[in-house]
Amino acid sequence: MIATVTDKRPVNLDLTTIKFPLPAIASISHRISGIALFFAMPFLLWALDRSLASPEGFEQVRSIMATPLASLITWLILAALMFHLLAGIRHLIMDMGWGESFQAGRRSAAVVFAVFVVLMILAGVWIW
Amino acid sequence: MVTSATSLGRNGLYDWLMQRLTAVLLGLYTLGMLGFFLFCPDPDYQSWSGLMGALPMQVVNTLVLLSIAAHGWVGLWTVATDYLTTRHMGGPATAVRLVVEVLIALALLVYVLWGLVMIWGGA
Repeated sequence: MIATVTDKRPVNLDLTTIKFPLPAIASISHRISGIALFFAMPFLLWALDRSLASPEGFEQVRSIMATPLASLITWLILAALMFHLLAGIRHLIMDMGWGESFQAGRRSAAVVFAVFVVLMILAGVWIW
Repeated sequence: MVTSATSLGRNGLYDWLMQRLTAVLLGLYTLGMLGFFLFCPDPDYQSWSGLMGALPMQVVNTLVLLSIAAHGWVGLWTVATDYLTTRHMGGPATAVRLVVEVLIALALLVYVLWGLVMIWGGA
């Protein structure tokens, strides 16, 4: 077993004083989008439940989905899903041993954000 | 000292593998559903319930539901373990983390049971 380090090393976990490089922002966004999807599940399950229960329930979900608030929620859930998917694909690629260097990590994080922005603009056009 | 820090399976490698395998399934399913809504943006009840009620789709949806629970648990357990610590919030951290983890597990269980009734109830 490794001996425990007993000296008091400086620890800075004050997030407001840390400058976040792009891969760090991608990492925290991946986590936040994952948490968001956990909270989105009841909405998705409810919509699926109602839409399959009966033709009336289906029409009910259809008319609710057309409201501005539901469109916004749909876009936000799509945003969380898309970011989590893109950042997840980046992780899986890294798991296979590709792009693990510092520079490649920065580049792939930038690609994830760029593709995400383009996809969410397209999703906005699609929804509204 | 922590002797066992595993969240879902017997060890961390198993958790890691489960998170990846479920990720691949959930990713493919997401692309499939997006494809469906891109080519069929406004389905009627007949085609929608026909799609979801078909046996292959019921099996896929069941796997996806279980994957969401496993994937969500590994991910949320990791986040709770990282941020709900005594270093971040002092003494009550362990109790807070335990309560949060129980609530997460309960929520995921409700998702699974609700989803299973939905998928197989109409069959």
